Amino acid sequence: MDKFFLKLYIAGQTSKSKRTIVNLKEICEREFKGRYELVVVDVLERPQLAEDEKILATPTLIKELPPPIRRIVGDLSDKEKILIGLDLVSSNEKKVGG
Amino acid sequence: MNKSKENFRKVETRIPGFDSIAMGGLPLGRTTLVSGTSGSAKTVFSAQFLIEGIKKDKEGGVFVNFEESPEDIRKNLEGFGWDVEKWEKEGKWAFVDASPTPEQEAIEVGEYDLGALLARVEHAISKVNAKRVSMDSIGSLFSQLKDTNTLRRELFRISKGLKKMGVTAIITAERTEEYGKIARFGVEEFIADNVIVLRNVLEEEKRRRTIEILKFRGTLHQKGEWPFTVTNEGIVIIPLSSIELKQKSSIVRISSGIKELDEMCSGGFFRDSIILASGATGTGKTLLANHFINGGISKGKKSLLFAFEESREQLFRNANGWGIDFEKMEQKGTLKVICKYPEVAGLEEHLIEMKKVIEDFKPTRIVVDSLSALARVSTGRSFREFVIALTSFIKLKETTGFFTSTTPTLMGGTSIMETPISTITDSIILLRYVEKNNEVLRGLTVLKMRGSAHDKQIREILIDKKGLHIGKAFVNVAGIISGDSVQISAGETNPISSSFKGK
Repeated sequence: MDKFFLKLYIAGQTSKSKRTIVNLKEICEREFKGRYELVVVDVLERPQLAEDEKILATPTLIKELPPPIRRIVGDLSDKEKILIGLDLVSSNEKKVGG
Repeated sequence: MNKSKENFRKVETRIPGFDSIAMGGLPLGRTTLVSGTSGSAKTVFSAQFLIEGIKKDKEGGVFVNFEESPEDIRKNLEGFGWDVEKWEKEGKWAFVDASPTPEQEAIEVGEYDLGALLARVEHAISKVNAKRVSMDSIGSLFSQLKDTNTLRRELFRISKGLKKMGVTAIITAERTEEYGKIARFGVEEFIADNVIVLRNVLEEEKRRRTIEILKFRGTLHQKGEWPFTVTNEGIVIIPLSSIELKQKSSIVRISSGIKELDEMCSGGFFRDSIILASGATGTGKTLLANHFINGGISKGKKSLLFAFEESREQLFRNANGWGIDFEKMEQKGTLKVICKYPEVAGLEEHLIEMKKVIEDFKPTRIVVDSLSALARVSTGRSFREFVIALTSFIKLKETTGFFTSTTPTLMGGTSIMETPISTITDSIILLRYVEKNNEVLRGLTVLKMRGSAHDKQIREILIDKKGLHIGKAFVNVAGIISGDSVQISAGETNPISSSFKGK
């Protein structure tokens, strides 16, 4: 099974940031429990990392692995849309089937 | 009172000509929206704003590129002799690269803001200790992210954030038409305290660039559109009326180089004046100009000749034929001759180059031969602006300008360009062909001389190896000025006074 490497960029510990982290963890635990790594970057503390990665909007989630690289912008409130964004179509199909 | 003054302080951009029309510069610590169609020089303007700050005030600058990559921008600006990479290494210039990453188009899921961009801009500002920030151009942001309401709100937040950091900023935005909505996506409603519009208008098949300050909230600026040009050193704005007001006029007379003409003008031309010599080809305009140059040089004054009709060889040979040695004068450094085809550049470029030569050479007499050749490459409006700018510049330098103008028809007539400029010139000399006794002669008259009495007769001119000589007034010929010279019987041409005496 593919391992997931995810980076989440947030701007400060705002309620939006916290909400996004909660949303993301919920998806991770449900979809690929035990085979994912998540790094949270606060751009207010590490602006150079945001510069290197050319991040404009916060929150931004980058799925680095498995390829292809994907960028998802927003608080991840729409669970269906984020699965499509993460190329988790197969999981989606399984759900639909089951 | 003091407080309001504090609020309206400005920062000198040092973009040539801009601070004059902006009455001091851009509002200090504020954001100004610079809007223009594609190709209206927005990027050059926003980059030059940073560069002039780095070059003259040693102020750091941050360039936020939304559209082109930093590599492309560095390369484009190299064309103006601006070495961005060097300034980056010196810690004077920082890019915040917000250009699109096409392979990683973002999917939008839920709410977001531009917190990361703002953090990056703030980081870059403190990294190079920036006082100036340019963001070019935000139109591209709206194609990278889709929620326009969020983007507008966030741009407003960024502009507030910049204000808090005390930097003066430019945000450029695209517009789709030259005269219409200020910018796309309604951004002007959010960052609209200060708005500048750059235009690149097609007028009579010629491109014309203008800049207009639409508003500076709470502070003054010049109104209307001002022509500008993009030279190899960046943008140069031509502030017309702002220099027009400062003209001086003197009562010092200088020689025209021809004794009889000085007499006709009650002792010569005024020093800070503009003289226009108008006539058909071959009536002696260039010769008159040569005498004018010679007249100055014989008194040890420097003269500058801008020739737009003849080559150097032609000019020098002809002058030699009249006993005037241009080559020797140039060697001595009393004369400078600049020969150019009018078509090689737009009028704005010509003007900037002419001003530069005048500044460097510091002549007391300037000849433009001919203005009508320059009129060929311009539209009516830009030609008028050119003449105003050139004449006010010449007068400001306490020099005398001698312009020639070729009329399109051989006999009489005026050229189209004379109407707008005749009011700007102080003196007008008409040269005409005159038909008399089945011969074609040449005639000269001083049509107008502001602030001075002058001879009003039409006199015959003779041209020989020593140049131009002014003879007697024509008698028995009428209609010279209109070009329909008619010979009439002796009795009718007697001056009115003598005809009264006769009766």
